[in-house]
Amino acid sequence: MSLLQVKNVSKHFGSLIAVNDISMTVEPGELRAIIGPNGAGKTTFFNLITGFFTPTSGSIIFDGQDVTHLLPARRVWCGMARTFQITEVFPELTVRENLRIPTEVASGLRLRAWLSQADDVKIRDRVAELLVMGNLADKADRPVGELSHGDQRATEIMMALALKPRLLLLDEPTAGMGDQETYDITQLIRKLHKDSKLTIVLIEHDMRVVFHLADRIMVLDQGKFLAEGTPAEIAANTAVQTAYLGQAA
Amino acid sequence: MPKLDKGAADALVWALLLTAPFWLPHVGGYVELGSRVVIYALAAMALNFLLGYTGVLSFGHAAYFGLGAYGTALTIKLLYPSTPFGMLVGVAVATAAAAIIGPMIVRLRGVYFAMCTIAFGQVFYFIAFRWFSLTHGDDGVSAWHRMPINLGFTTVDILNDNKAFYYFVLAIFAVCAAAMAFLLRSPFGRTLLAIRENERRARFLGIPVDRHIWMSWVISCFFVSVAGSLYALLNDFVDPRALRWDQSGNFVIMAVLGGMRSFWGPLIGAAIFLVLQDYISSETENWMSFIGLFFVLVVLFFPRGVLGIIRRKAVS
Repeated sequence: MSLLQVKNVSKHFGSLIAVNDISMTVEPGELRAIIGPNGAGKTTFFNLITGFFTPTSGSIIFDGQDVTHLLPARRVWCGMARTFQITEVFPELTVRENLRIPTEVASGLRLRAWLSQADDVKIRDRVAELLVMGNLADKADRPVGELSHGDQRATEIMMALALKPRLLLLDEPTAGMGDQETYDITQLIRKLHKDSKLTIVLIEHDMRVVFHLADRIMVLDQGKFLAEGTPAEIAANTAVQTAYLGQAA
Repeated sequence: MPKLDKGAADALVWALLLTAPFWLPHVGGYVELGSRVVIYALAAMALNFLLGYTGVLSFGHAAYFGLGAYGTALTIKLLYPSTPFGMLVGVAVATAAAAIIGPMIVRLRGVYFAMCTIAFGQVFYFIAFRWFSLTHGDDGVSAWHRMPINLGFTTVDILNDNKAFYYFVLAIFAVCAAAMAFLLRSPFGRTLLAIRENERRARFLGIPVDRHIWMSWVISCFFVSVAGSLYALLNDFVDPRALRWDQSGNFVIMAVLGGMRSFWGPLIGAAIFLVLQDYISSETENWMSFIGLFFVLVVLFFPRGVLGIIRRKAVS
């Protein structure tokens, strides 16, 4: 069964139609990239999936459950986790604390006023594991706000991962990064996808990253669906080339 | 000194508080001033649970402070002359009021939240002011006093022995402070820090933000009502000024003055505020303008409060 089925969703902001009748199906273990020129509606589409906005019409089925009208926190409990285009972390807290909070939420401990020794050890071990996976172990006790953009982004991805999601949604994970940082983040995503068999949907501008990572690509343009296929199919698609390069002469 | 040791700072604070009735008279103070500082410190720390650790500014905490005070005073005066029973009723009434009002305001943010807390606070102020048959309005609830506490094997005379009353206040303060510190170090406490730091991130990490703010609000109002209850006992009297909006403002000033990102900050702020008030008000009626000036200077030059200055010195 498909993990995520988005059925004919639209989102209107007044007279502006940001997302117009878009459908998407993501299979378990797939890495799906969503691309498109600026203003194509990629982030709005993302926000509909994660509950930031409610769609004007259409429905979203996650793992067989209709989540169209669920609040963001509830979708997280269903197994969705996301990052943001502009990194969203807890800047004054250390990397370790940043990772500890979602780890505790995922373990169902968010309302606990105390932790047993056993729970505490379990949480610490899991956080240590995430620190290693994100190459953050040597910065664990520094406030995230002091770290480089790349490390902040890595922290944010590990925070999402701490939730043990079944679907990870990444909004432009390499936005605003240098070559080395882009490479590091790409390797991290690739590792998550290949080793952990995690299902990932990502929005990305950097085509090297997209064609390196994606199993399938969906292209949006001006709020509408334009094309979908394997990287090779998309590269050969004339409609996509036109959308990106303008009307061919 | 690389960093002020946390344990040493705690020990210093407790040592000063425990010995206060003995050294206060030698530096020009008196025992009741010590009790007042501890009571207001509890109120400011309770407010700071919400302000400093959840990132939500309430300008209406006097309402729950005052409800605790009125509940205690009226219970002892009219229902049953027992200090613990009076406190229990006062705190229960105030906490219940906070729990009921909470859902109406926790969806609001920033200045809208602050305005609504003022508005609800003023409702209670006018009830206390107008319901003359019960509260005697502006004259306040008088003709009652705190009762000695019977522990079974012995009786603590908090009525006539002002040192005994100070230690009674300090014991309750200690329990409340420990409970707040404990909560802030728990997984629940960390979700509050998460909301303060970045609400959107918190929400998309699966934290139902409004519900957690409601809980933080109720906890904060619970502790401020304990302070209000003690305040009524301290004065053997309560009048509507206990729950007027400027009282709420005083709590905010104390928390910000001392440093709202430090656990002991509001205690320092309360001490500075009340000592300044005590000394300057014997010289001039315009004592508030001096506190205001001091407050403006601290906020302008040391946005992290008095404790923030000390901490920065310790780090550099």
